[in-house]
Amino acid sequence: MMTSAVNHYFCSSIGRKQLVAVTGLLLCGFLISHLLGNLLLLAGPDVFNIYAHKLVSMGPLIYLAEVGLTGIFLVHLGLAIKLNIENLKARGGKQRYYKKTNTGHGTTFMSQTMPLTGLVLLVFIILHLLNLKFGSYYPTTVAGVEMRDLYRTTMEYFQNIGNAIWYSFAMVCAAIHTAHGFGSAFQSLGLNHGKYFKHVKRLGYLYAVLVGGGFAFLSIWAHMKGV
Amino acid sequence: MSAANTMTLNLKIWRQKNPQTEGKLVDYRVENVSPDMSFLEMIDVLNEQLIHKGEDVIAFDHDCREGICGMCSMMIDGKAHGGFKNTTTCQVHMRMYKNGDTIVVEPFRANAFPIIKDLTVDRSAFDKIIMAGGYITANTGNAQDGNAVLIPKPIADEAMDAAACIGCGACVASCPNGSAMLFMGAKISQLALLPQGTPESAKRTLNMVHTHDTLGFGNCTTHAECEATCPKGISIEHIARMNREYTKATFTYYEKNRSEGGA
Repeated sequence: MMTSAVNHYFCSSIGRKQLVAVTGLLLCGFLISHLLGNLLLLAGPDVFNIYAHKLVSMGPLIYLAEVGLTGIFLVHLGLAIKLNIENLKARGGKQRYYKKTNTGHGTTFMSQTMPLTGLVLLVFIILHLLNLKFGSYYPTTVAGVEMRDLYRTTMEYFQNIGNAIWYSFAMVCAAIHTAHGFGSAFQSLGLNHGKYFKHVKRLGYLYAVLVGGGFAFLSIWAHMKGV
Repeated sequence: MSAANTMTLNLKIWRQKNPQTEGKLVDYRVENVSPDMSFLEMIDVLNEQLIHKGEDVIAFDHDCREGICGMCSMMIDGKAHGGFKNTTTCQVHMRMYKNGDTIVVEPFRANAFPIIKDLTVDRSAFDKIIMAGGYITANTGNAQDGNAVLIPKPIADEAMDAAACIGCGACVASCPNGSAMLFMGAKISQLALLPQGTPESAKRTLNMVHTHDTLGFGNCTTHAECEATCPKGISIEHIARMNREYTKATFTYYEKNRSEGGA
């Protein structure tokens, strides 16, 4: 019974959405550390490059973190796609409502666009890795240590107005995605209690504005500043 | 009732002969509708007209017509039970509409609720979820003294809020994912809150959730459209309680195989 219940969990509606919730919250945590790192751009090229160099010099630890992060991301993505396909089917096959009006007290623009904003973020992440992490490599020397001039790669990337706009758009999508996802994750994990839940939801909105806004601000700042 | 007060309404009603054939919206015009009629009485009037014309009447579910049985359904103008707060279709009155209004009437649509005829859908999937564990098996014997089992008032109230579920299926019909989480959450929550229900809560939750998943219902993505359309105003907090019960049951509950029974 024990093992079968646990096996069931990973196939069940509630078990899978709890996995989406946990991985989503972990990704939210990653975004905070990523944003804090990016804010070092404001401190100038040397500080930013030293930070980036420290990260890639961590050896096996950074590979472990990268593999873990990729795993979390793939679980989140894979299960979300699977659940969404099931949900489309569960709506009622080919015949949908001729007229369907939302009450205005339930579903929101944020909750309705979750699959869409999620897909934008998927495309964004692939391009983001190609353009920056695997983007042009400039060597530089800071305090006698040879390292990558990631500052230059980043600033050059944002000189293109198209890149800056696309980046900001993706970050607005990230904000919309997390604004619903944050509170929804708590609900899925069973952490909805009349006493605190409205604060949890507010915290989700605050997170969305700060993190999405923070990234978008940096892209605009980088564009305005020039190389 | 003077004739001046009556309304004329244009209806677009879903007609479908049986589960196999395709259905379509058919236009009807109903005259002399009193504002004091309920929505179902208005359809009764239309059906009378159809009988006089020798046409097939519109099939729709109904029973108590006082908002407590959960039989009436219908998506009225795109909203389950018409979308009025805490109101079932039978309690929707025609005074909520204006003379000359066009009203679209469709059946509840979900993969797990196949259409039987016109506005009637098969909601027996709900019965299957209940049969999987939505009850207690203890032999309760005679009624106990009312104060023998003490239950704090807020807990009793919360359980009563969940017990208000009449199993109408509006939650499934309005859910963008066709999920029955609010229905199931209410049933599991109601029993999990009370001392009579707690001993079997883990097994009940596992069985009900696994049954739900095999019946073609979708997965919750917390739109909360169910809560907004529930004619009994049931909160999605009950879904959260079910999620907690389910997680707890998955990782802690198990039964030893006892061939000779316990001492």
